[in-house]
Amino acid sequence: MTGPARTIVTTPSDRTVAISRVFAAPRRLVFEAHIRPELVLRWMWGPDGWPLVECTIDARVGGRFRYVWRHVEKGDMVMRGGFREIVAPERIVHTELFDEDWTGGETVVTTLFEERDGRTSVTATVLYASRAARDGALRSGMTDGWSQALDRLEALLPALDRG
Amino acid sequence: MLAADLDATFAALADPTRRAILDRLARGPATVGELARPFTMSQPAISRHLKVLEEAGLIARERDAQRRPCRLEPAPLAEIATWLDSYRELWEARHRRLDALLDALQAPDPKDDRR
Repeated sequence: MTGPARTIVTTPSDRTVAISRVFAAPRRLVFEAHIRPELVLRWMWGPDGWPLVECTIDARVGGRFRYVWRHVEKGDMVMRGGFREIVAPERIVHTELFDEDWTGGETVVTTLFEERDGRTSVTATVLYASRAARDGALRSGMTDGWSQALDRLEALLPALDRG
Repeated sequence: MLAADLDATFAALADPTRRAILDRLARGPATVGELARPFTMSQPAISRHLKVLEEAGLIARERDAQRRPCRLEPAPLAEIATWLDSYRELWEARHRRLDALLDALQAPDPKDDRR
């Protein structure tokens, strides 16, 4: 037996962040969970308190998608993008941009799905517009980034002090 | 840590040879000669990588000792690990939900008469 699955985050180059994880499910199913809105709605949530509440996906090359995360007090966070490549069930290349851009411009995400012995490894590599954009997104952290986008950073600063 | 310092840290880490040098130094201090040995690279080339690592604050070199061994300076790496952790926590939470979803999708349907 192996231990619980681990999410691995690395910085393979100066403009990228890679997120890897192994799932106990066949590749076809894991792939579907990334492009079917009714499935994406069940897992692609934001930080605590930010469930994904709207999800529309036109899963074909040139198709667009739109995600809306909603916080009961802080309002909505919207991300949009488009598909550059969809090779079921192996590979997706898409762009992402938050309406309140806190990632230093559009990112390009390449997601690879590989199956071995009934388990599927997924690696998503996020390419930022520049090294500064990547570092900024990492430095603020996802949680801070979402808060900043809502112009609430000032109120949150004491709580976010990393000492 | 200042933003400029962090840029230097990330730039230093972007190179695979420099990451391999840091891996080696994580096991203890080493001289330039010892660090050059596993690589098909001259000592001057290794020295150039060490200079980048030193300027990024990732390693320190003894000034006095004749062999000037290099050692790892863990603070900048710890800083980066902290950022990566907050990013990873978000994705870990998502992946736990995806685990549960995939389990549910694979559970036998009682109404399904295949079994």
